[in-house]
Amino acid sequence: MSKPFHFYTEYNLPLLLGIKSSNIRNLLENIRTVPDASIYYHTHRFLQQHHFLVPEPPNDFAYWIRNVLNLTELGEATASINIASLNNINDVRQKLIKTIEDYSSKDSSQANCVKGTEFQFMSCKTFCLPLDCHAKDLNEFAEQLESISINTFYYHIFETQLRLGKNKNDFADWFETLGYHELAKRVSSLDPYTTTLNGLREDILTLIKTYGSKSIK
Amino acid sequence: MDQNQLNDYIPIVGLSVVHDLQVIAEKLNGKTIINVNSTAVGGGVAEILTRMIPLLNQLGVNAKWDVIKGNERFFNITKNFHNALHGVKVDFSQDDFDFFVHVNRENMKIMNFDADIFLIHDPQPVVLIEMKKVLGKHWAWRCHIDFTNPQMDLMEFLNQFIEQYEYAVFSAPAFSRKLSIPQALIAPSIDPFSDKNKELPKEQINSIVEGYGIDLSRPIVTQISRFDYLKDPVGVVKVYKLVKPYIDCQLVLAGGGATDDPEGMKVLEDVREAAGNDPDIHILFLPPSSDVEINALQRASTVILQKSLKEGFGLTVAEALWKEKPVIAGAVGGIPLQIKHQYSGILSYSIEGTAYYLKQLLHEPEYSRELGINGKQHIKENFLITRHIRDYMLLFLSLMNKEDIIYL
Repeated sequence: MSKPFHFYTEYNLPLLLGIKSSNIRNLLENIRTVPDASIYYHTHRFLQQHHFLVPEPPNDFAYWIRNVLNLTELGEATASINIASLNNINDVRQKLIKTIEDYSSKDSSQANCVKGTEFQFMSCKTFCLPLDCHAKDLNEFAEQLESISINTFYYHIFETQLRLGKNKNDFADWFETLGYHELAKRVSSLDPYTTTLNGLREDILTLIKTYGSKSIK
Repeated sequence: MDQNQLNDYIPIVGLSVVHDLQVIAEKLNGKTIINVNSTAVGGGVAEILTRMIPLLNQLGVNAKWDVIKGNERFFNITKNFHNALHGVKVDFSQDDFDFFVHVNRENMKIMNFDADIFLIHDPQPVVLIEMKKVLGKHWAWRCHIDFTNPQMDLMEFLNQFIEQYEYAVFSAPAFSRKLSIPQALIAPSIDPFSDKNKELPKEQINSIVEGYGIDLSRPIVTQISRFDYLKDPVGVVKVYKLVKPYIDCQLVLAGGGATDDPEGMKVLEDVREAAGNDPDIHILFLPPSSDVEINALQRASTVILQKSLKEGFGLTVAEALWKEKPVIAGAVGGIPLQIKHQYSGILSYSIEGTAYYLKQLLHEPEYSRELGINGKQHIKENFLITRHIRDYMLLFLSLMNKEDIIYL
């Protein structure tokens, strides 16, 4: 018999690094050197704080490049980095660096932003807490999924995959251990960066209904 | 002021948020936390501690609050500190600095330091960190002041104390500085049950607003702020005058201010002069304790402006968004944390820009409604007192856990 699924939740205490950028070159320099937790924070904070919106813009870098520096093309390129296809934070960092470098090779303008609108690098300390909430089977899982908080959802979808080094999100991983291979595959291939977290919750519930039958394991 | 019970917040923030607070609070079991500031009443720090300490106690966290004592000279010096940290040029003598340290040390002799964690608020009691050498324990310094342009000699003087703490805590990213200690961001919050934010019956709103001679049948554009040049009330009148020929709206400029503040009175005169005889401009100089009136004015408004030129955090924006109002605000201080342009409100940079967006919002009520809905949701998730309490508890836990990812 498979292990029950234990739900966790997470909270972040934002940290200020006292590092700021006022143009694209300086932003690039700082992206190269800030801690992993800072890259993670700036590419995921928006999702957690604005998860109720249509999920755009998906990261702080894209928002600042587009709305403060007014570099719409680079803003779009940064926003459309497919984080779902990347395995860890260093890959995200390298992709950001390459995207900005590619743009800078075509456009060397280094205009500074207006004073007071600099990009302020931040980071976070993450606290993971076990909840008194678990599921022994798919039915119980679906019931819990309907009521868990967005932070619990966030922990199992983003945190474990990008920061704790697993190659799939916690939900897909557990479905796999139960033998629901098709369900695991489909949940694993969902792109959590292009939907709201509540939309993603609905998608997973639909997939459980569709692929959660023993006959289509 | 009635103190709300933690469970009262469940219908607003959800059971899981309150439950998670309880889970986090358990991890502080057995720890005593002392907050120290310089005043028990008046001012934002006292206001938030008054509401927060009882809620922390309900969660089982043994949180206490103490106030340092000082004489008139001490508080004159610290008032000058406050101004100089906001960028006003002030000359300090070595004697001023020595007296400031002396008063802090006198407080050390009489205060009760029986705690595990000390959260020291603002510069006034910053020297208390000297007790760390005696007591050990955990110490964090909470700065509520806009630190974007501090006077450097004062900053150097304060840094010798600040950098002895384990953490410094600021309200907005722009306030952070290069320091040798970690810095946390803890934004302020609003309490949905305070007089300024609680739900009001429609009849009460109408009665208050009509009492000021405001016509409820036409659009109402409001800025709530004290009469201060940095809030740009004259600019708001200019915005209104650019919009008025196209839309028959009314302007409400409402706020308080000390009658013995000569600058406040001068600003009020300037605003009255700019307004001229327009009967649709309502300038309301409100007495202290007008929280319910401010609440009603915000709730009756069609669009709310906060056209600040410089701002600390700008909680009036959070108050307006909490009431689902479309807000146009200057992109200064903590305002960009509360508004994402065209998602949860509008950020503007000029009188003309503000007028352009104001016309747009008055003409497009559906778009305005969307902004208001998103804005309220953003405040609910990020700027209510429950989030503030959670962040403080996470800060306390951070003092005891140094890793980036902590399993509790």
